[in-house]
Amino acid sequence: MKAFAALFAAVDQTTRTKVKVQALAEYFRTAPDDDKLWTIALFSHRRPRRLITTTILREWAAEQAGIPLWLFEECYPIVGDLAETISLVLPPPTQTSDHSLTHWITYIKALSKEDDTARKTGILAAWDQLEPLERFLFTKLLTGGFRVGVSQKLMTRALAQATDIDEAELTHRLMGDWTPDTTSYHSLIEAPDPTAALSRPYPFYLAYSLEDTATLDPPSDWNAERKWDGIRGQLILRAAEHHLWSRGEELITDRFPELAQLKDFLPDGTVIDGEVLAFANEAPLPFAQLQKRIGRKTVPKKLLTEAPVILMAYDLLEDRGEDIRALPFADRRARLADLIAPLPDTLPLRLSASVPFKTTQDLARERDISRDLGAEGLMLKNIHSPYLAGRKKGDWWKWKVDPLTIDAVMIYAQSGSGRRANLFTDFTFAVHDGDALVPFTKAYSGLTDAEFREITAWVKKNTLQRFGPVRQVTPHHVFEIAFEGIQASPRHKSGVALRFPRMLRWRKDKPTSEANTLADLKEMLAQYG
Amino acid sequence: MDVLTFTDRGIYCPAGDFYIDPWKPVENALITHGHSDHSRWGMQRYLCSDIAAPVIKHRLGDISIDTMPYAESRQIGGAKVSFHPAGHVPGSAQIRVEVAGQVWVASGDYKTTPDGLSTAFEPVKCHAFITESTFGLPVFTWTDPETLSSQINTWWADNAAAGRISLLGAYALGKAQRLMKMLDTSIGPIFTHGAIENTNAVLRAQGINLPPTTQVTAGFDRKAHPNALVIATPSAMAGTWARKFGPDHSNAFASGWMALRGVRRRRAADRGFIVSDHADWQGLNDAIAATGAEKVFVTHGYTSQFTKYLREQGYDAHVVSTEYEGESMDQTEEAAP
Ligand SMILES: [Zn+2]
Ligand SMILES: [Zn+2]
Repeated sequence: MKAFAALFAAVDQTTRTKVKVQALAEYFRTAPDDDKLWTIALFSHRRPRRLITTTILREWAAEQAGIPLWLFEECYPIVGDLAETISLVLPPPTQTSDHSLTHWITYIKALSKEDDTARKTGILAAWDQLEPLERFLFTKLLTGGFRVGVSQKLMTRALAQATDIDEAELTHRLMGDWTPDTTSYHSLIEAPDPTAALSRPYPFYLAYSLEDTATLDPPSDWNAERKWDGIRGQLILRAAEHHLWSRGEELITDRFPELAQLKDFLPDGTVIDGEVLAFANEAPLPFAQLQKRIGRKTVPKKLLTEAPVILMAYDLLEDRGEDIRALPFADRRARLADLIAPLPDTLPLRLSASVPFKTTQDLARERDISRDLGAEGLMLKNIHSPYLAGRKKGDWWKWKVDPLTIDAVMIYAQSGSGRRANLFTDFTFAVHDGDALVPFTKAYSGLTDAEFREITAWVKKNTLQRFGPVRQVTPHHVFEIAFEGIQASPRHKSGVALRFPRMLRWRKDKPTSEANTLADLKEMLAQYG
Repeated sequence: MDVLTFTDRGIYCPAGDFYIDPWKPVENALITHGHSDHSRWGMQRYLCSDIAAPVIKHRLGDISIDTMPYAESRQIGGAKVSFHPAGHVPGSAQIRVEVAGQVWVASGDYKTTPDGLSTAFEPVKCHAFITESTFGLPVFTWTDPETLSSQINTWWADNAAAGRISLLGAYALGKAQRLMKMLDTSIGPIFTHGAIENTNAVLRAQGINLPPTTQVTAGFDRKAHPNALVIATPSAMAGTWARKFGPDHSNAFASGWMALRGVRRRRAADRGFIVSDHADWQGLNDAIAATGAEKVFVTHGYTSQFTKYLREQGYDAHVVSTEYEGESMDQTEEAAP
């Protein structure tokens, strides 16, 4: 654990990419194979499942620290991380040890089979022999929320340096449905087994936001289509099985059972990049409909009829078992169109239509009507471009529609957690309704650090009342709130819920009387909800 | 009758007709220490410890100021007043006020562990104790001094070996000088931001011994000092000033807030050293216990949590709202005028 803790400290305490990659590569050169495999798993979001309830961990930590539980609970939101809170309140260890990372993971798994008394003894014994950082990492493994400031891309780059295997090849090997329990370092990295690759997706190609329409020259080199607002997914049909991956590399096959029938119509060895959309009468349903299905592992019948989904196909990555990512976009799209054209339209699969245009002015007009079509904007793809891995500039652009905005009055403030523990960063905003101010959204982001500091100083001096961590402040400041969508919500006092709200501008020029009203919000709901 | 009361101008002693660390103009102000949230402009007469006076005069300019050495007492109206070391910064004091046998202590800011710079904290027996609570949660535990100095010197030496300048962020009064005294000057030269060098000059003039330092000026040649350590205020580090040290310099902050990984990451620093001139959780609890006080008033910091905890420990504890600010990572005002 000391070697892993040293690696963690090295990558966690610097912002320099080069230093992070060096530290990782050095670790991959020297650590034992099973520790390397676990490290790759942890750094690619394959966290072990939570084996123990956090409630009971809090109790044990508070007891061991000799503090009341309520005080522990007060610390947690300020620290922002449960494992860190635990490692900070515990007394220093009285024992020493240096076991491997894999030892501790095995230790945790063994504990999960024990009763609470044995678990408690085991966990307290571990806490008592680990240094604070090791203890933090151990507890992170226990609570199952392991996250680290290293992207999978950097980790893969370091692994490529340490193994002399091509980075793109490694990226592909690391994808898919493996865990350290189902594979070994040798078979994953050094000698991959071909059958393991059956469920493996390709890395997604991600677009940057368009900065300048001049890059779309000549326009004939570009294909435009709608940017649909659903879940980006990759559908894989191989060996008579189908798999659906989200962009976050999560396997979501079972959440959308209606897509299973596609394997009877499409040839084996087909991989489609597309967007899962709630869809009826040849038009997308509001995102709120799809939202009902996200996070549900099994889907009740009623929901299947209320919010049926389709895959809106963007691109073809594998055609009859052949990886065609290197072909030009125009060729891939032609093959995709050929594949979909003969299918009955009762199937949940559509080709994302091209938007015809001659000039960038045409495109701008098309972009303006996005919201009416239930789209987020336009996607622009160079017809000669291969399908690349990750976020790359130049060949693909997204051109989103401007957000909706509303001017609102700040009425509550709460301090942030973790990295923002000493600043007020979470605010509740209200609109006028006659003489009253009706809260309608919270927002956390959008201000600069300097602005957060300024508003923090103001909140401290203008607190009217405290409710636990929340402070009611004098209604004085107006902020322009930007958001991507609006929907009716009986759970909210205002009757509406916003999608991706954030603070676009601090309107110091506006008095509170000039903020918008509830009627304005209702009008937006009628128009875009 | 209460020896001290809490008003919207500051902590007030009716028997002696004076205020302690007032934040609005008053006639008579007793000052615990020179940080700007405790010693402000606009008082007709100031009284502070003899060691704290030079910095306060330097900051506030032409003021009417009187001083007392630690432990000596003086009668002011119906109150007997004395200053006792608070261990926070040079000259920082807990102010003991006795009226008709009742003893109250206003401690300003304090820390209980010796820092090698300030006169070490001394517990003062009292009936009522006014305490800060900047770090009044059990997640705050400071790194012990030996480990701390080895962490900082190792970081500096590694940077020096790689030809990178080390830039260390710390408060201009107290923290900066305390860190200087821990540095191993065989590694390289120490440079300072102007705000810190001004404070150094004041402290040196009053006989406080500090290692040699050079102020960073406009013509600073970073190529000539690849092994330098530069101490700067956190606000200077956030600005364009830090560009002088080249794209490769390594930066670090020294603050109690560095105990929290999230804060460390938000500052995007290469390193965070966990050190404060305020007491940590254990320090606060030990200090309060050592006073023998039954009544405790909790000012700036995690007031509500700490007060609730103290009540459970059997103290008659109360939250008091003040305009003191604790250890901000962001404030600029400590840059001496
Ligand atoms: Zn202070
Ligand atoms: Zn203070």
